Amino acid sequence: MSLFYECVAAFCVGGLLCVVAQLLIDLTRLTPARILVSFVVAGVVLSAVGLYEPLYRFAGCGVSVPLLGFGGALARGVREAVHTDGLLGVLTGGLSAAAAGTTAAMMLGLLCALIFKSRPKRA
Amino acid sequence: MTDKQAYLQYVNRRAARSPVLRNCAAAFWVGGSICLGGQLLRALYRALGASPDAAGTLVSITLVFFSALATGLGIFDTIARYAGAGTLLPITGFANAVVSPAIDTKSEGFVLGVGAKIFTVAGPVLLYGTAASVLYGLIYWVYVLFS
Repeated sequence: MSLFYECVAAFCVGGLLCVVAQLLIDLTRLTPARILVSFVVAGVVLSAVGLYEPLYRFAGCGVSVPLLGFGGALARGVREAVHTDGLLGVLTGGLSAAAAGTTAAMMLGLLCALIFKSRPKRA
Repeated sequence: MTDKQAYLQYVNRRAARSPVLRNCAAAFWVGGSICLGGQLLRALYRALGASPDAAGTLVSITLVFFSALATGLGIFDTIARYAGAGTLLPITGFANAVVSPAIDTKSEGFVLGVGAKIFTVAGPVLLYGTAASVLYGLIYWVYVLFS
């Protein structure tokens, strides 16, 4: 698959997922936090029923960069860990797969707290 | 009519109609562009010799890094006000949700401020994402056992 085609698919699918989230924000009273939680859980469910992987092959970062991908990674991690470690994998698989992104966010959060000052929010 | 109903009607009348179409267009092109950027980064990391899995992880880390930087410099909020879900839904939103409270609660101290409140927004995502994965893991374990 050519890079151009991959990029078009990533742009369109990623954009559409954001439109779905935007519609949920504008048309329902769901808070952003609830919407993020829904997308992560949706990613786990999509991966569980075998729909996430074909979507990922088609749209690449278009599905893995939105929070759906976080759920997809959790589900895949748990699946692989169950195969290698059995029941213990149920507890280790999810967070291991999501460790890099989460740890990076935590460390950068700490670093930013050390470097930057809080500034007044404009509504 | 009760006071509550009257108040809700008043609020609905006064609340600014959020231009849904404009918001969706902004979310589409900004969100799409972030995913496009991710795809290009992925191709770059692959070309530099990273495995598919490692390339995906490196893309996440790179996007988290730029979101953290933009949050620290105060640019992120400006973009997010325009793009709405376009910056919220990609991993950029998750990174912002971790970094932003970390900076804001610095004045409350590093243990009970930053330490305790860094996950005020991202915590639910981690908790329920992990819970969903554990539930799925249990079902999958039983499935593997009997197949």
